Amino acid sequence: MDTSQGMSPVVDNNLTLPPIADAAAAPRIDCRNIKVFYGETQAIHDVSMSFPDRAVTALIGPSGCGKSTFLRCLNRMNDTIENCRVEGQILMDGENINDADVDPVLLRSRVGMVFQKPNPFPKSIYDNIAYGPRIHGLANGREDLDAIVEKSLRRAGLWDEVKDRLMAPGTGLSGGQQQRLCIARAIAVQPEVILMDEPCSALDPIATARIEELIDELRNRYCIVIVTHSMQQAARVSQRTAFFHLGNLVELGDTSQIFTNPREKRTEDYITGRFG
Amino acid sequence: MSDHIVSAYSEELERLSADIMKMGGIVETMIVDASRALGANDLELAKEVVLRDPLVDAIEADAERQIVSLIARRQPMGHDLRMILSAMKISSELERIGDLAKNIAKRAQRLDENVNPEMRNAIIRMSQPVSRQLNDVLNAYATANADKAKAVWSSDDDIDHHYNSVFREMLTYLVEDPRRISAGAHMLFMAKNLERIGDHCTNIAEFVYYQAVGDYLSELERPKQNQV
Repeated sequence: MDTSQGMSPVVDNNLTLPPIADAAAAPRIDCRNIKVFYGETQAIHDVSMSFPDRAVTALIGPSGCGKSTFLRCLNRMNDTIENCRVEGQILMDGENINDADVDPVLLRSRVGMVFQKPNPFPKSIYDNIAYGPRIHGLANGREDLDAIVEKSLRRAGLWDEVKDRLMAPGTGLSGGQQQRLCIARAIAVQPEVILMDEPCSALDPIATARIEELIDELRNRYCIVIVTHSMQQAARVSQRTAFFHLGNLVELGDTSQIFTNPREKRTEDYITGRFG
Repeated sequence: MSDHIVSAYSEELERLSADIMKMGGIVETMIVDASRALGANDLELAKEVVLRDPLVDAIEADAERQIVSLIARRQPMGHDLRMILSAMKISSELERIGDLAKNIAKRAQRLDENVNPEMRNAIIRMSQPVSRQLNDVLNAYATANADKAKAVWSSDDDIDHHYNSVFREMLTYLVEDPRRISAGAHMLFMAKNLERIGDHCTNIAEFVYYQAVGDYLSELERPKQNQV
């Protein structure tokens, strides 16, 4: 089987690799008693969970269960929503990211995000990647910036396809290429965490497979959190899976356990297609 | 368990499970009838038992097609996944049991006049706990009862005891009268077949347990008594 298509079987993620480091022992992000309100409505009810480094955690659950809202807490994207209030602690390196002295722009360079719909800047491919390193002062001169652009595009598996047209507009790429460009853009500022909100839902199966292959490579370096509506995708790419329902974290466990032998009835009903 | 949102999925799973039960029912009567045929020296019944085996094979082949289709089209998860994997394993165990029962019925037709009633009775006695074992494990499957499955799994040593004693008993008959050797050889195979059926029942019990609980019965805990 051609594994470059990224369709490697689920077991590859879980059996051929050493066991995932205990999340509780060395979490990259540690969330404690998170509550999110939109005005009077509570969207997240007292969720505590942590995210291990160098592993993919998938958040699954029916529409409106709060998984995207929870994901957006992790880099304070909910700040941009009027009426939205987040309570609880989200610790990165022992520091609460919701503290007043934390700069959300800096935080978002540490915690990058990829969205459902690819959203490249209306600029060249090169500038899409170079933008972040420039504003954060990560490059010393043109050569250094070139190197960052190349490295980011290589890591995102896009370099070979775009190296001859770096000055072409990013919006001219195909959907799957645009999404990989967005991932390259997130990587360019040397994040520690990458958040992905349904990154493949607008892509065809081949482009999806490429992104999944990429996620599998990226997890050697980053803590990745992915929200997905496709349970098969969660099963394929993640090592840990969290099931959300009605704003509650119902169950969190090893992905192979969640999909073969969930402990909670609500999880079982959801993953087997019995929710109604 | 409540139904799937896609009701055809539930129907497909029910059909698969019904086919497994049907296979189980057929092989169970094959064992009982093979042993009856042996006891009554009823060659017609023995022949008829042999003819049932292709039906078992056909149901197994069909179950396998259903399973491939379910995996490809439904991407089963959780209990559904375990149920489908267990059905695949159990159907092949039942197919093997069918072969072994058929073999007993075939041998029942090959016995010569030197066989004595005690030899027949020894096999019939052994067949009873074996078919009970199969009946119990099929009930455990039908009711998804992990405790019953575990009980079957841990009681296989009774059959092993039976086998050991039948083996020794047969030897004494053969020593008494060497003309019985041909029939005795057939009957030792029958006893061995019954013992193997017992093993297949334990395997089925493991899959029933896995399907119900999602965990494996460890091989280490199980007592083993077969010494020959």
